[in-house]
Amino acid sequence: MPILRGEGLVRRYGGRAVVAVDEIEVRHGEVVAILGPNGAGKSTLFRMLALLERPDHGRVFLDGRPASPGDTASIRRLGTVFQRPYLFAGSVGWNVGWGLRQRRVQARDRERQVREALDSTGLAAMADEDVATLSGGERQRVALARAVATRPEILLLDEPTASLDITLKREFRQDLDRLVRNSAAAAILITHDPTDAFGLADRIAIMEAGSIVQEGTPEDVIVSPATPFAAALTGAELLLDGVVESDEGGLVTVRVGEALVVVAGTDPHVRVGRRVHVAYRPEDVVLASLSAVGVTSAINRFDVRVRAVVPAGPLVRVRLEGDVSLAALVTRRSAETLALTPGASAVARIKATALRAFVAS
Amino acid sequence: MELFLDSTVEAARLLFGADPYVREVLWLSLRVSGAAVAVGLAIGLPIGIGIGLTRFPGRRFVVALVHTGFALPPVVVGLFVYMMLSRAGPAGSFRMLFTPSAMVLAQALLAAPYIAGITLAAVQAVPADVRLQARGLGATGWRAVLAHVREARLGVVAAIIAGFGAVISEVGAVLLVGGNIRGETRVMTTAIVLETRRGNFAVAIALGILLLAAAFAVNLLLTSVQQGRPGWRTTGPGHTS
Repeated sequence: MPILRGEGLVRRYGGRAVVAVDEIEVRHGEVVAILGPNGAGKSTLFRMLALLERPDHGRVFLDGRPASPGDTASIRRLGTVFQRPYLFAGSVGWNVGWGLRQRRVQARDRERQVREALDSTGLAAMADEDVATLSGGERQRVALARAVATRPEILLLDEPTASLDITLKREFRQDLDRLVRNSAAAAILITHDPTDAFGLADRIAIMEAGSIVQEGTPEDVIVSPATPFAAALTGAELLLDGVVESDEGGLVTVRVGEALVVVAGTDPHVRVGRRVHVAYRPEDVVLASLSAVGVTSAINRFDVRVRAVVPAGPLVRVRLEGDVSLAALVTRRSAETLALTPGASAVARIKATALRAFVAS
Repeated sequence: MELFLDSTVEAARLLFGADPYVREVLWLSLRVSGAAVAVGLAIGLPIGIGIGLTRFPGRRFVVALVHTGFALPPVVVGLFVYMMLSRAGPAGSFRMLFTPSAMVLAQALLAAPYIAGITLAAVQAVPADVRLQARGLGATGWRAVLAHVREARLGVVAAIIAGFGAVISEVGAVLLVGGNIRGETRVMTTAIVLETRRGNFAVAIALGILLLAAAFAVNLLLTSVQQGRPGWRTTGPGHTS
């Protein structure tokens, strides 16, 4: 049985539904990430799941029993960390003990729980510091410590790494992973950052325009993204839009400009004559020189010209133009061997199974 | 120049000589104004918090009304309270006129708008998110409101300071409803008026200096509370919000 479940949750602002989620749930020992772009309604869903906002329709269940929004006893089973945590004027330790004081935890137990929370978040040496002097990363840690100090059954985190720089994000993410696994029975992580979601979650719910459009394991989302946004989150790029010309048992041919592109992965709504977006991953594009195009299983072949070569760590990202515009990710050595410089001609090949078509909205 | 020098010497004599008359007048001033601020707090604080925390149609009009209270002439408030408490007035049966209670009532009406108006601004300046986050941390609805007000404490104490400043220095209202009766309703400001009329300028100025010194001492105390560092115990008990 899920420990927390939202069912038919709808929230309207000014007559417009900003959240319309059929179901979302988290089970014991599980971390679920709700991943979506800004403005998708994630924070509104967060507040409803945290019992801090009443939905216009739908209910939230805790251990299978309906939980009323605003019910303090139910809220105290949860631990919430907001995107921009408000730290109350005072010391770090005082803030970490804030939730425990609300629960009237005995002084001795409170002191122990605060110490444990401070230790587990690396804040032990800062217990007496003024929160007004803390950096953004330290403030987030205090907010996290404040939530875990109450030993919640479910931890709800709204964009916990959004305000951190890239180095702090990495550190915070590691701490978060350890804390979530150790301190809470379950966790819901709201984020727009795929690294957070794929790095921390057992299950990912992709949220777009107020609705959950896909839910599954990180592997499911990577292998079979349900929407162009989901595909983009996993590192895919979009080819130009096209129109489906034929469908031979799930192998569809899409006309993209002058080129015909054969696609094996499609969503169930793709039909002949429909406009679609075609997505691929740059690492799936194979480049060859014009003079040495061998026979491969990659069914799609495009004659292209190199537009730009951009270093990307140990690799280079090659931007290509031709009948279709593509990007390919190759090693520096391959780029040198193939003399991939701006203006050079090449052949780009990509397997039909590496492409995915989505009905254009 | 000689007058000011004499006044300072007179003030020192009155203060350090522990003149019983001055001590009595000063003590009554502080008692009346202190009580007036307490009553003003009881009226103004809930109004300020209530308006600061909520949004409703006509709110701007209500806020402007509260701010207009800053401009209330003490003598007009005194006149209003006088009419209410006079024998023919609706509260005449209480026989409060020319008593310290009447002075407290008049001064409370003067302090309340300052307390309400400044509290309102301070509470409004705190992010509304605070209550939501406090609820998320397990606070009950009231505790969340208390947490919000606590975050506005600098402004709330400033409101008390402003309210106290408005009443300790006013003369019009207390003169009208108190009557400046020696040993009964004479306070520092009415004593200054009396001494000035009698031509005892040195005594009047000395009383003025004493009044300012007393006001400074009270404000120093309030400022210490305002600028203190609450929430500094790591885990200890005793914090309610």
